[in-house]
Amino acid sequence: MNSIVKNTLRGALILVSFAVAGTLLLSGTFELTKKDIAQREKEALLENLSTVMPKSLYNNAIEKDWIRITDFKAFQNNEPVYIYRARKDDVPSGLVLTTTAHEGYSGNIQLIIGIKANGEITGVRVLSHKETPGLGDKIEIEKHNWILSFNNTSLANLSVKEWAVKKDGGQFDQFTGATITPRAIVKAVKRTLDFYKTHKNALFTQDSLGQESPMN
Amino acid sequence: MDAYKKIITDGLWTNNQALVALLGLCPLLAVTNNLTNGLGLGIATLAVLLTSNILVSLIRDYVPSEIRIPVFISIIASAVTAIELLMNAYLHDLYKVLGIFIPLIVTNCAILARADAFASKNTVDKAMIDAFAVGIGFALVLVVLGAIRELIGQGTLFDQIHLLFGESARTWTLHIYPSEWPGFLLALLPPGAFIALGLMLAVMNIINARKKAKLASIPVELKAKAEA
Repeated sequence: MNSIVKNTLRGALILVSFAVAGTLLLSGTFELTKKDIAQREKEALLENLSTVMPKSLYNNAIEKDWIRITDFKAFQNNEPVYIYRARKDDVPSGLVLTTTAHEGYSGNIQLIIGIKANGEITGVRVLSHKETPGLGDKIEIEKHNWILSFNNTSLANLSVKEWAVKKDGGQFDQFTGATITPRAIVKAVKRTLDFYKTHKNALFTQDSLGQESPMN
Repeated sequence: MDAYKKIITDGLWTNNQALVALLGLCPLLAVTNNLTNGLGLGIATLAVLLTSNILVSLIRDYVPSEIRIPVFISIIASAVTAIELLMNAYLHDLYKVLGIFIPLIVTNCAILARADAFASKNTVDKAMIDAFAVGIGFALVLVVLGAIRELIGQGTLFDQIHLLFGESARTWTLHIYPSEWPGFLLALLPPGAFIALGLMLAVMNIINARKKAKLASIPVELKAKAEA
């Protein structure tokens, strides 16, 4: 009897000591790397922002000037939309939005969209997606230049009907064997432009949420 | 020396974790739609396997067998998470490529299998060699599978290799077929992974059967020699 208790206690003690050692190792590494990781994430965010918003258009600290929108109805998704505001000498010059297109072929497609103050698109990029390799993944800039076809488009220079893939009578190409993916992105971009048109001024005046960056 | 040789041939071929033990199939089948991904996961798995085998071998005398599994799992999980954090902080470009694979590696049963079946019973140097042999054996399967699927699926090899080796590696991409090659989508989809792995298993069985037949045809007295 005594030896069972002893063995159990011994086993428990060993397990606990490994758990403690593991926890110490992890919390130590976490503390050690926290600052560097935050720095890397900031760099990655700035890099993403600069791919869709030319640096010449702003001179504020864009990564700190952000708001969060939870208007799920306007964007027809269930993820908050983050909006970074570009200003040149304190004059609003554009917005960068991260949004989700949920009508893709498989899962959500994370997008980053740059819009100039006049409502013209400066760029669209796919941040992450789970579309079919070899078909739907042509939305990535590394694989195909399709995503660049949004550059300089706006609600003003394309009609409502033209904001669709060619198969639906619109302006944007689809891919052979993959219509659903481009269609989802065209719709998401169009919705973002609609949202911008309606809320334009409010988006620039709303208080910034601050120093820490929400996106990584 | 023979013991080391056996560890190496076991890891690379005789007891290849992917082709013989059929362990770690979840990450194996999921990411091998091109050679680059296969190589990336292979390198990451090798690093984790090496760390966990060394650690498990170091503590093998202090852990009673009843609680060894939870101890091994916490060692593997802590080591992997620490590696992930360090990579994120100091090797960020590599992390961006391998990052998605690292959580997958924790669930790779091949790692736990090596910890339990080998590292917990052997000295550190043997555990290290075993990790290298098994890790390279696993990585080779990943690379070959990725190459087969990429070649059939999109007619290229080394596509996106610059993600692993930097911008200068962009030129490494080989277009085996003319660029009009429409690709054979099935190879890139999950069923293609199963089919290609099945074919690899078949080839391995053929090679092993030939070897066996060759051995059988050798007279008995020589056979003992050949087997040793």
